[in-house]
Amino acid sequence: MDRIPILRMGEFLLVTIQVDMHDQLALQLQDDLTRAIEKRAAKGVLIDISALEMVDSFIGRMIADISGMARILDARTVLVGMQPAVAITLVELGLSLPGVATALNVERGMVLLRRALTESSDDDRFIKR
Amino acid sequence: MTVSSSGELPLTNEHDIVLGRQSVRRMTQQQGFSLVDQTKMVTAASELARNALIYGGGGTLKWALLTEGSRRGLRLTVEDHGPGIPNVDLALTDGWSSGTGLGLGLSGTRRLVNEFALESTVGVGTRVIITRWK
Repeated sequence: MDRIPILRMGEFLLVTIQVDMHDQLALQLQDDLTRAIEKRAAKGVLIDISALEMVDSFIGRMIADISGMARILDARTVLVGMQPAVAITLVELGLSLPGVATALNVERGMVLLRRALTESSDDDRFIKR
Repeated sequence: MTVSSSGELPLTNEHDIVLGRQSVRRMTQQQGFSLVDQTKMVTAASELARNALIYGGGGTLKWALLTEGSRRGLRLTVEDHGPGIPNVDLALTDGWSSGTGLGLGLSGTRRLVNEFALESTVGVGTRVIITRWK
């Protein structure tokens, strides 16, 4: 069965979706990614969809669900690289992905994740005091 | 309005949704749609194809390349022989869902196209016809 590879980049995980996903593949990714977050104790996940030419409500919901699941597992998700035509279509469809952090590309996504991590460790110090 | 070419694709499993999307993409390109319009039509086709598969137990995706004067368009007809939709007006409301979806499928799809028609008969099936012009 085909799978979408999950790469480890330091304390983050990188998923690059390069194929037009059928529904089962999207659900498999959800499963694989939550397992990988747990196994690697990952603090952040970057999902690169720059190669995706279409995001419908099913894939959109999968992305929103992954973001929510990762948060519960103490990891932040940043969705990166959405094509403008995909963004326009998604919003018109009625899906604005609330609660999902986004960035224009992988580099900016990394910056966002690092910043989120620094802030959360500041919070930890605050709680200890 | 003339139909310059038409055909039919089966919708019997998830892979057919992917194939349907790819076919619709090629047709929109052939009709000279902008990238945004291509994406809207492909997304609309994906929503309807999944509905036919999940709620209708499978169906067909019929396509027709249209010409009207100087403008070109694409019409898609997605049909299933499933249980039908008891309340069509409700099904076209944002946020309404019979269960597994987000409740955006039909109402969202309508916003992505220029023309939208839905016919459904309980116990017989559902047919959705969408058209987008260049």
